[in-house]
Amino acid sequence: MSESLENRGFIARSMTWINERFPWTPTMEKHASKYYAPKNFNVWYVFGVLAFVVLIIQLVTGLFLTMNYVPTAEGAFGSIEYAMHEVDLGWLIRYAHSTGASAFFVVIYLHMFRGFAYGSYRKPRELIWLIGMGIYLVLMAEGFFGYLLPWGNMSYWGAQVIVSLVGAVPIVGADLAEWVRGDFVLSGITLNRFFALHVFALPGVLVVLVFVHMVALHHVGSNNPDGIEIKEKKDEKGVPLDGIPFHPYYTVHDFFAVMVFLILFCAVMFFAPEMFGYFIEKPNFEIANPIATPDHIAPVWYYTPFYAMLRAVTFPLFGLDAKFWGLVVMAGAILIPVALPWLDKSPVKSIRYKGRISKFMLGMLVISFIVLGYLGTIPPSGFGTATAQIATLVYFSYFLLMPWYTQREKTKPVPERVTGGH
Amino acid sequence: MSRFEFVKWSKYFGGFVVVVLGLSLWGASDSDWELESMKPNLRDKDSLQRGLGLYVNFCLGCHSLQYRRYERTAKDLGDIPKDLMLENVIFTGQPIGGYMKSSMSKEDAKNWFGAAPPDLTMVTRVRSPKWVYNFLKTFYIDDNRPFGVNNKVFPNVGMPHVLLPLQGFAVEDCFGYEAVDLLELESILREKKLEGILTRTDRETTFEPLDPSKLREPNCPELTTIPESGLYNEEQFDQAAYDLANFLHYMGDPSREIRMSMGGYVIGFLVILTILAYLLKREYWKNVPKSPPRVRNEHTSEL
Repeated sequence: MSESLENRGFIARSMTWINERFPWTPTMEKHASKYYAPKNFNVWYVFGVLAFVVLIIQLVTGLFLTMNYVPTAEGAFGSIEYAMHEVDLGWLIRYAHSTGASAFFVVIYLHMFRGFAYGSYRKPRELIWLIGMGIYLVLMAEGFFGYLLPWGNMSYWGAQVIVSLVGAVPIVGADLAEWVRGDFVLSGITLNRFFALHVFALPGVLVVLVFVHMVALHHVGSNNPDGIEIKEKKDEKGVPLDGIPFHPYYTVHDFFAVMVFLILFCAVMFFAPEMFGYFIEKPNFEIANPIATPDHIAPVWYYTPFYAMLRAVTFPLFGLDAKFWGLVVMAGAILIPVALPWLDKSPVKSIRYKGRISKFMLGMLVISFIVLGYLGTIPPSGFGTATAQIATLVYFSYFLLMPWYTQREKTKPVPERVTGGH
Repeated sequence: MSRFEFVKWSKYFGGFVVVVLGLSLWGASDSDWELESMKPNLRDKDSLQRGLGLYVNFCLGCHSLQYRRYERTAKDLGDIPKDLMLENVIFTGQPIGGYMKSSMSKEDAKNWFGAAPPDLTMVTRVRSPKWVYNFLKTFYIDDNRPFGVNNKVFPNVGMPHVLLPLQGFAVEDCFGYEAVDLLELESILREKKLEGILTRTDRETTFEPLDPSKLREPNCPELTTIPESGLYNEEQFDQAAYDLANFLHYMGDPSREIRMSMGGYVIGFLVILTILAYLLKREYWKNVPKSPPRVRNEHTSEL
C-alpha cells in the first residue's frame, strides 16, 4: 500500500490523505458523479439550481451591504445612498441585491410551477415539497423584513400596512401588532429588529432548509417531466437505465443555464435596476415619512397576488372585520400548496399524462395568479375588486377541487421509460 | 411540457404581458399638464456643468444635495479643477470634500415656507428628469398664492419662482382671444394685480375684467412668457431648465454612465462564456443515448 502510494501523483496522494480523514470522494460520488438524474430534464428543471445561485448572490452582496449599512431610522436611508454615491462599486452591490430579491422570486415561482406541472410533490417526494414550502415561507418573510431596511417611504408604508394586518386578529390584534413593531408606531426599533431577522436569523434558517431540501432530494432522486420513477428500471450494476450521472452531464448543462440566467440578471442589474418601478419603486428614493403616505401603497410585485386576495375580501363575517378575513384568505392562499401531495389523487404525476381538466385548471391557476399579481399593483377599484374575487376563487378551486377532478378525468397511459429530453 | 407546448403557451403569455403593460402605462399623473419631452444626455458635460452652476446659484440655498460631495461631482463633471470649484461653486465655505448641503436651517425653512424644502439628490428618480424640466418651465403668475406664483406641473407648490429673473413673467393664456398684448399686460399685472386682461381682436384693443373662476381654471393649457421680462429669451431659458434637469438626472444616479458601459462588457463576456458553455454541454451530451420522442398525437383526441 505505502509503496504504491509513493508512485502516485501528488494529487492522488493528497486525496487519499483527505479521504482517510473525511469522506470527500464518497460524498462527491453520492451527490455528483454517481448521483443519477433522469436524462429527460427540460428547461423547467434549471430553476432549482438558479435559485441556489441567487441565494449565493444574496448572501455575498448582503454581506457587503451590511458593511456600509446603518440600521437606525436616522442613518439607514443615508447609509444606502452613501453606498450608492460614494462607496466604490457600492451601486453594483446594492443593485445586485435588489435585483437578486426579485430574481429569487422569479426563479422560485417558476421552480414551484415545475413542481405543480410534473407532480414533483407526489410520493415519495412529499417531504421535499414540504421543506420547499418552508423555504418559500422563510423567503417571503426575508423579503418582507429586508424591504423595510432602505427606510424609503414605500418601505415604511408597505411595512406599516402589513404589520397593521396583524392588528386585525380578534382580541389580541392590537397588542400583537405592538409586539411585532416593538413600538406604538413603526419606528427605528422596528427597523432594528427587522435588520436582525433579515441579516442573521432568517438567512441561517434559509441555508439550513436549502441544505435539507437537497439532502431529501438526493435521497429519493429527482422526478422528471414524464413523472415516472427511473429507479424502477435499473441495469445489472444498479444504475437506473434512464439516469445519467449528475456530474459531468448536469453540471455542464446547468453551467450553461446559469450563464443564460446571468445574462438576463446582468441586463436588468446594469440597464434597468429599477425595472420601471417594479423592482425598486419610485417613492423609495424618498426617505420614510411617517406623516406623508406615497400616492398609492403597493407591495413589491412578488407579494401582489396575495395582496390582491387580501383586498378582495370586502365583507365582514361572524362579527369579524373584513380585514381579518382578508388576512385569513391571504394566509390560506400562501399555505394551501402545502396540502398538494394529499390533494392530488391522479394515478399519474405529470401534466403530460393527466386529463384535460387538470391542464385547464393549471392554466387557470397561472392566469389567476398573474391577474391577481397585476391587480395588487394598482389602486383598488370596483371592477378590480370583482375581478380579484373571481381570480381568488379560481386560485383556490385549483387546490380544493383537485381531489375531485384528478380522479374523475381520464388520464393517458404513462410510458415505461422516459421520453423526449435533449 | 414539451418545447412545442412551451412555445404555444409563451405566445398566450406574451399577449397577456402586452395587455398588462399597456394598462400599467395608462396610470394618471398628479396634474393634467401635458409634459414636454426631455431627453437627458449625460455625455454633454457642458450642459451638466451649466446645470451645476445654475443649481448652486439658484437652488442650493434651499435644496441640499446631502448625499453628494462637491469633489465627486467635480470629478464626474469633467474633472473641474479644485480651485475653480472653491471659487465659483462652493459658496458655503465648506471644504471640497464636503457634502453639498444647504446652509439654511430646518427651523427657518419651516417658518418661511411652511415645510422644509426637500433634498433633491434623488428628485429625478422620485419623479423624472422630464418632470423636473417641465416643472421648472411652468411657473406662472397667480396672485392667490403666497409667493404670487403657481405651477402647472405641481399645482399649489409652496415654492417661489426662483428662476423668475431668468425666465421673466409667465401668464396663463387660455381665454380664447386671438392675441394678448403682453407688454401692456405686464404693467396691468403689476398695477392691477390681475383684475383684468388686455386683449386685441382684429383691430381694436379692449380691456376686459377677468372672470376669476376662469382664471382659476386648472386646465388652462397655455402659458405665455412676457417678452424681455427676464434675462433670458425663451430658448435660453429652455436650455437652462434642460441643464438643471440634466444635472439632477446625473445626481440621482451618478453611477449610470459607468453602469451602462460596464454592463456592456460584462454581458459581452457572459455571451462568449455562454457560447463556450453550450459547446461544452453539447460535447458531453453526445454520449447520452437519446430517449424515444414524445408521442403527442392522442393529445387532441380524448378527454
